[in-house]
Amino acid sequence: MQADRDTVLSANRIDKVFPGAKALSQVDFSLRRGEVHALLGENGAGKSTLVKCLTGAYHRDGGTILLDGTEIDPRDTLDAQRLGIGTVYQEVNLLPNLSVAENLFLGRQPRRFGLIDTGAVNRKARALLAEYELDIDVTAGLDSFSVAIQQVIAIARAVDVSGKVLILDEPTASLDAHEVAMLFRVVRRLKARGLGIIFITHFLEQVYEITDRVTILRNGQLVGTRDTASLERRELIAMMLGRELAAEVHDEAGAAKVADGSVRFQFRDFGRKGRINPFNLDVKAGEVIGIAGLLGSGRTETAEVMFGARRADSGTATIDGKVADLSSPRAAIRQKFGFCPEDRKTDGIIGDLSVRENIALALQARRGWARPIARAEQDRLAAEYIKALDIRTTDAEKPIRLLSGGNQQKAILARWLATNPEFLILDEPTRGIDVGAHAEIIRLIETLCEKGMSLIVISSEIEELVVYSHRVIVLRDHQHVAELTGAEITTDSIVNTIAGPAKTPAELSATAGEIA
Amino acid sequence: MKAKHLPLAATILIFVLSYALCAFQYPNILSTRVIGNLLTDNAFLGIAAVGMTFVILSGGIDLSIGSVIAFTGVFLAVMMENTSIHPLAAFVLVLIITTSFGALMGAIIHHLEMPAFIVTLAGMFLARGMAFVLSIDSIPIRHPFYATMKSFYLKLPGGGRLTLIGGVMLLVFALGILIAHRTRFGTNVYALGGGAQTARLMGVPTGLTTIMIYALSGLLAGLSGIVFSLYTSAGYSLATVGVELDAIAAVVIGGTLLSGGSGFVAGTLIGILIQGLIQTYITFDGSLSSWWTKILIGFLLFAFILLQKGILYLSRNNRALA
Repeated sequence: MQADRDTVLSANRIDKVFPGAKALSQVDFSLRRGEVHALLGENGAGKSTLVKCLTGAYHRDGGTILLDGTEIDPRDTLDAQRLGIGTVYQEVNLLPNLSVAENLFLGRQPRRFGLIDTGAVNRKARALLAEYELDIDVTAGLDSFSVAIQQVIAIARAVDVSGKVLILDEPTASLDAHEVAMLFRVVRRLKARGLGIIFITHFLEQVYEITDRVTILRNGQLVGTRDTASLERRELIAMMLGRELAAEVHDEAGAAKVADGSVRFQFRDFGRKGRINPFNLDVKAGEVIGIAGLLGSGRTETAEVMFGARRADSGTATIDGKVADLSSPRAAIRQKFGFCPEDRKTDGIIGDLSVRENIALALQARRGWARPIARAEQDRLAAEYIKALDIRTTDAEKPIRLLSGGNQQKAILARWLATNPEFLILDEPTRGIDVGAHAEIIRLIETLCEKGMSLIVISSEIEELVVYSHRVIVLRDHQHVAELTGAEITTDSIVNTIAGPAKTPAELSATAGEIA
Repeated sequence: MKAKHLPLAATILIFVLSYALCAFQYPNILSTRVIGNLLTDNAFLGIAAVGMTFVILSGGIDLSIGSVIAFTGVFLAVMMENTSIHPLAAFVLVLIITTSFGALMGAIIHHLEMPAFIVTLAGMFLARGMAFVLSIDSIPIRHPFYATMKSFYLKLPGGGRLTLIGGVMLLVFALGILIAHRTRFGTNVYALGGGAQTARLMGVPTGLTTIMIYALSGLLAGLSGIVFSLYTSAGYSLATVGVELDAIAAVVIGGTLLSGGSGFVAGTLIGILIQGLIQTYITFDGSLSSWWTKILIGFLLFAFILLQKGILYLSRNNRALA
């Protein structure tokens, strides 16, 4: 451990043992003043365990943590906050029912004669947010603002409370490009102020855009700490995976991928008012349709009307020429549809049920409650898919919430595959999972379509869409604006289509106002 | 107007409209005598409802208050009858008992992570049972101090009287509003209602706050019991059955979200006054059965639940399209 004068936080030889697993072993980590330091690793590599040891959420089993040269031992996250380590999570940890000002100063409101001085609270809140170029009504409820703005408010609070180290735990996961840019402006500003910032993300582009150094963990061990600028992307991935990823299967020869065969699924004027404008879509057997667009452009909404999660209020759907009922998820499942939603935690997994039960769920739903799937059959299904999809779990009876994100995602995929669907919708199948699982899921998508399954894949990772899509539908403002096929499917053309025609200055300032 | 003010505005609108409607039919309803009586008759309910507002704002529920009010009445009556203790000393004593009772329930809810519904349901049976243990009869209170206190009133223009207990209720509401909006405890109550886990991570002392919330509810239920004993000059263990439900109704009609985190103490006052107004109207009419109060309150509650659902739905949709 070099004695660096600029070091604000250093963790030396941290050990953390969980029953049956060594989560961290002898991990060193150091953070300088005024640097953004990425913490990278596959899911299960120990990133969150390390962060939790730093913030006191976990108690480490060995090693020392120095903050400004003094040894600290935070008992819990509150204690860490008081010492100077603030954390902002992906899910904004503020109270939606309180006003912005109340959120910023909860528990430390200025008082006069024992009563809260509301005027001073609001004044201080405005002053604090002005440092972040945020000019909003601080008396308005937090829930009246977008996630990105809430995120900035959370950062403002964390920095104001703690002020030495800021940990950003996947803050960009649910933001679109504009919002990420806004967040990064804030991060750069804090960096200039001399804060040490730990940045956890799955987006490698963001690592290169914003961070100064990278620390990579693998299987609970430190792989290395490097300067971001001099670290090549391939080398970085190699450090994370411990192997060279097979060039991330960049099959740019999109022209070669044309599904022949007849149109099986037809959607005509399909839509729902206020969510997605009516669209036409033909899907052939064995075809992968990619759906691209910014967050809020109607990607998920498209999937939801197709699956009946929100009933379409216009248009018809036909399957093999016959009109099909897609008015509810149950009806859609009966038509052999499957849907892996975007938000695994709330819409997908049932955390306390075992891996086996989660896998058997959709099949059971289709058979109806009167015909339970025999336990032996369930065990067979679970064993089959755990093997086929390489779901990493100690056994099939483990509650699914204990699995890492990528493995949960695979279990949900298994749930739908068990029903032998003919039409499968995947909404952000690779969001929030590590690079290794990422490649596996892409391979899986390709295998499935070879078997004749029709797939709709929604993804914000355009490079990934380019790899597996036969056609790409581009969405903007709740509307299907373009369909790209064959050689048109390139990252550039998709990005250009999403960006759309040049905006007028008025529109531009309107968007700027939204995010400012 | 902010969405969080909408239920309160709706309550005030309903109150003003229904008052206007009543006044149109019976102009006397505008007299200060009627208003004075409205406050006096609903004083005990109003005081208890302030405590209930804090509990519901925090996302909890307190089913014990009706029983605690009855217990307080019986306790006071038994003390007056069997001992020579001064009523004021008895008041202090009973408030200590009910506050500790509330604090104990709060501690159980927090430390054993039990649902408030179950814990306060147990509290409800316990307090009612204790009242029966003290006495099963209706005991009159004849202490001269009671008569003195009942003779205090403020003359309102027009011949109405703001009695001591009506005044106490208004004072409790004023203090309640101050506590809810201008103290850290008040903000913490809202924070707890917004999300207990998040509140804890943001540094809210959730345990202490929970205990204080139920202690406050217990304290106000005790005070409500004192007021009720002044109002009826008796203590009876079968009194005020179901008052907790009236209080919950007043809180919800007053625009507080049953799931917690949003609402106003002032709204509860309007909720109480709406309930009182319906009763007064039925008295004026003379031919209607008093059960119509319950029926109308039922409808109002329903309307408010629909309104709250509608507001939630609207605000979600607005954000989804924003």
